[in-house]
Amino acid sequence: MEIPYAVKPRPDTGLYNAKLGIWLFLASEVMLFGALFSSYILLRVGADPGTWPHHWLNIWLGMLNTIVLIASSVTVVLGWAALKMNQFSRYRIYQGITILCSLIFLCIKSYEYRDKFHHYELPLKNGKIFDGHIVPDKTTKDVITLEGRQVDLHSELMEPPKAGFVPEEREIPMADIDMKGRPLWMFTYGPWHNTYTAIYFTLTGLHALHVIGGAIVIFMIWGPLAKVWKEDPERYTNRVEVSGLFWHFVDLVWIFLFPVLYLL
Amino acid sequence: MSHTPEHSATAAAPAHDEHSVEEIKKHVRTYLLIGVALMIGTVLTVWASLIDFGSREINIVIALVIASVKGFLVAGYFMHLISEKKMIYSVLIFTVFFFAALMYLTLWSTTPESLIHIR
Repeated sequence: MEIPYAVKPRPDTGLYNAKLGIWLFLASEVMLFGALFSSYILLRVGADPGTWPHHWLNIWLGMLNTIVLIASSVTVVLGWAALKMNQFSRYRIYQGITILCSLIFLCIKSYEYRDKFHHYELPLKNGKIFDGHIVPDKTTKDVITLEGRQVDLHSELMEPPKAGFVPEEREIPMADIDMKGRPLWMFTYGPWHNTYTAIYFTLTGLHALHVIGGAIVIFMIWGPLAKVWKEDPERYTNRVEVSGLFWHFVDLVWIFLFPVLYLL
Repeated sequence: MSHTPEHSATAAAPAHDEHSVEEIKKHVRTYLLIGVALMIGTVLTVWASLIDFGSREINIVIALVIASVKGFLVAGYFMHLISEKKMIYSVLIFTVFFFAALMYLTLWSTTPESLIHIR
C-alpha cells in the first residue's frame, strides 16, 4: 500500500508529509539551541566583573565563515529553484557549490579549534602567568616554548593584547610551571579552560555536527540518489526542498552564534 | 556518478501551479538580492562591533538587531515563511511561545528580584 501524501500535498493542509515533518523537527531544534543560548546568557550575566573574555576568537575568520554559510544558503535555494524550472544540470552546479561551502566552513572551524588547542595559559611558580601558542619544533619533554605574553594577573588575559603588541617567544622549563597536579593539556584553551570556552565549544560543536549532517544529506541527494529525479522529479524536488530547509536553519543559527561568540 | 539528463518539456514538470517558471525566475532575483543583503549585514555587524558607542550594551543591542533582521530574511525568504501554509504557522506559533517563555525566564532569573539570583 502506498503511503498517502508522501509526494503530493494533503488537500486540507497543503503540505506533503516530509515538509510538515521537517518543520516539526526544526521547531524542536529551535528549543535545543534556545536552551544553549539561554545557558550562554546565564553564564555571561552571572560572570564576575572582568572575568568574561572579549575578542578571544578571530573576528575575520568568523566573518569569512558567516559569508561562506550565507553563500551556501543562496546556492541551496537557487538549486531548488533550478529544479522547479526543470534545470537539473544547473541544480547540480549549485548544490555542488553548497557542498564545497560546507567543506570550507568545516575547514575554517577546524583551524580555529586547532588554534585553541595550541594555546596555553601557564601559571608559573614565580606567581606570573605566561600565555601563548606552543612552538612545537622548540618544545621537548622538559621545556615548552610558547609565543605570547607574560601577565601578572589572570584578569589581564580577558582582553586581547593592545594594538602593536609583539609576541615574545619564551622557553619555559617544565619545572618552572605550577602544574597543580594537572596534565599539561589541561592548560590549553579547550572546553575545560573556563565557562566561555565551554559554551563556545558546546555551541559551535553542536552547530558543526548539524553542518556535517546537513552536508551528508545534501550530498546523498545530489549524488547517489540523483536517479530519483528521472523516476519521480516531484519527489526529488521535495527532498531538495526539505534538506534545504534544514540547511537554512543551520545558517540561521550561525547568524546568531557569530555576533554572540565572536563580537560581543 | 551517472549523468542524469533534464526532462523534456513534455515530462512531468516539477513546478507546482503556484510556482510557475516565470514566478520562480522572479524569486531567483529576490534570492540573490537577499544573499547580497545578508553579506552586507554581516560586514555591518563586524563594523558596528568595532565602534565604541560608549557602552557595551549598545554594541550588544545593535549586533542583535542586525542578526534578527538577517534571521528574518533567511526564514522569511529562503525558507519561504512569508508565504507558507497555515499549518506551518500553527506549528511555529507554539515554538515562538515556548522560545519567548524560555528567554523571558532566563532574563528574569538574572534580575535581583529573582529568587534564583544568588548575588
